[in-house]
Amino acid sequence: MTSLTTAMPGLRAGSLPRWGIGAAAIGAVLLSLLLFAVTPMQGTADFLVFAAAVIVVAITVSSWAVEGRRRAKDRLATSLAIVFLILTMLPLGVIGFYVFKKGLKLLSVTFLTHSAAGVGPLSSGGGIYHAIIGTLEQVLLASLISIPLGLLVAIYITEYAGGPLATAVRFLIDVMTGIPSIVAGLFVLAFWVLALHQGFSGFAGALALAILELPIIVRSAEEMIKLVPASLREASYALGVRRWKTIVRIVLPTAATGITTGIMLAVARVVGETAPVLLVVGNNDFIHTNPFSGPQSSLPLYVFQGAGSSSQFDVNRAWAAALTLIVFVIVLYIAARLLTRRNALKQR
Amino acid sequence: MAKRIETVELSCYYGKTKAVDDINITIEPKSVTAFIGPSGCGKSTFLRALNRMHEVIPGARIDGKVLLDDEDIYDPAVDASAVRRAIGMVFQRPNPFPTMSIYDNVAAGLRLNGVRRKSDLDAAVERSLRGANLWDEVRGRLNKPGAGLSGGQQQRLCIARAIAVEPQVLLMDEPCSALDPISTLAIEDLIFELKDRYTIVIVTHNMQQAARVSDVTAFFTLRGPGEPGYLVEADTTQKIFTNPSEKRTEDYITGRFG
Repeated sequence: MTSLTTAMPGLRAGSLPRWGIGAAAIGAVLLSLLLFAVTPMQGTADFLVFAAAVIVVAITVSSWAVEGRRRAKDRLATSLAIVFLILTMLPLGVIGFYVFKKGLKLLSVTFLTHSAAGVGPLSSGGGIYHAIIGTLEQVLLASLISIPLGLLVAIYITEYAGGPLATAVRFLIDVMTGIPSIVAGLFVLAFWVLALHQGFSGFAGALALAILELPIIVRSAEEMIKLVPASLREASYALGVRRWKTIVRIVLPTAATGITTGIMLAVARVVGETAPVLLVVGNNDFIHTNPFSGPQSSLPLYVFQGAGSSSQFDVNRAWAAALTLIVFVIVLYIAARLLTRRNALKQR
Repeated sequence: MAKRIETVELSCYYGKTKAVDDINITIEPKSVTAFIGPSGCGKSTFLRALNRMHEVIPGARIDGKVLLDDEDIYDPAVDASAVRRAIGMVFQRPNPFPTMSIYDNVAAGLRLNGVRRKSDLDAAVERSLRGANLWDEVRGRLNKPGAGLSGGQQQRLCIARAIAVEPQVLLMDEPCSALDPISTLAIEDLIFELKDRYTIVIVTHNMQQAARVSDVTAFFTLRGPGEPGYLVEADTTQKIFTNPSEKRTEDYITGRFG
């Protein structure tokens, strides 16, 4: 706003070309390199943080000079958002990279299909077949308990309970979400394993996992059911369809995509739970397929024990098991996404 | 097939608020009755009370009687689902079931009420779609999603869905308000054809529409904001639009009020 008589600039005038942003960024990196070479500053992490800050400043300043204040603010906000995005993604990438690097060394068909029976801390070899079996059975049992229960609770609070009762149930579910996993484990230990004399078993672990899985399923399913428009329920009622049939045949199918995703996320969440399993599953190096009696193993448990060992063999095996666990969770997520997409396509 | 509806001192409430006050009206079979009136006068509420859809809203209740051929549909021994099967409803916004195909949408009412045989369903779907003037447009893509149709087609799909369960009465709550003039015309033509077989009640904000499609027009209004709505008069459409008995009706119809 210098003067009203300023000639109308061309449409492209006063905007930083694409290469200008790149040049500012490269200049900032070069400046940071120079500063790290001549000043006492050092270290890779320090350099990354410092360079990121200098890049943001450089882009903003050059934009201010060429484009003016308003665009400079926009550039500043955009580059800050990108920098923080990268900072947030960085730990994820590093964890993934590190686990893959460490875990791939040992991962093999033999490792996946053999147990750790008779494999001591000082010997190499052995595998995690027993832990995979344990994890699969425990998570499956936990899901068999918590999915039907969770869906029914979600249906109850959205479709049937009104007023204070629904609020109370919702509050309890929220409290349940906040239960530390070790407490869920302790509860099953005190109640099921000790007070009822059931002993260590995969099923005890499944109970503890179900306690953790239940509230996640309830809340996600509740949100999804709430998203189903009231007009669909009314359309169904107006056809003379009864309430339960409306819920089962109209409401649930409409919300199915979201409910499936919620269930997958809940399952993925409890697959990696260590604390409850640690307390109630016991430990077993042998392949033990019966989850209802006798100690089992599980992947998180195996990782926990291996990682704490002083033997490098144990540590390496733990890395490979951790990688297996991560891949398992990724596969679950991808399956959930594919299911979602397939259903979404069907709706169009 | 078509049945008569009669209300006796019917009042509708939302919680403690009275929305509709003391309505006595008789709706003749095989005719089209239009409800007109300003916004908030309770015509939609009253319409929903006629097939017990009003009580679906939490806290909503009624006082008085609704007789379907002399049978009180609010009698405690009467099942609300059975009432709604006898008195179908079409809503303001088209609301096909999004997870279902065109075929499944039309068959939904029958299927969910226990009809299983494929040949029965096929026949009902074709008959209903023909009845709703939609058959020729969708016959080749019955297994495509109902939500993929245009707005006007969706509304006719909803009408097909409503008549598939062979109700005696069809209630329409501003069925054309979300549609363009061409789709509106298609629905109005359809209403004209349907009245041979059904008792039709239509709520509309469009007075030309009421004049075009209805045999009887009922004018509702309210005394002021927050007051319950009431029925001013119901008479032949011809009389309401040319020589109404009440001054208020004339004012509304000529645009001097509301």
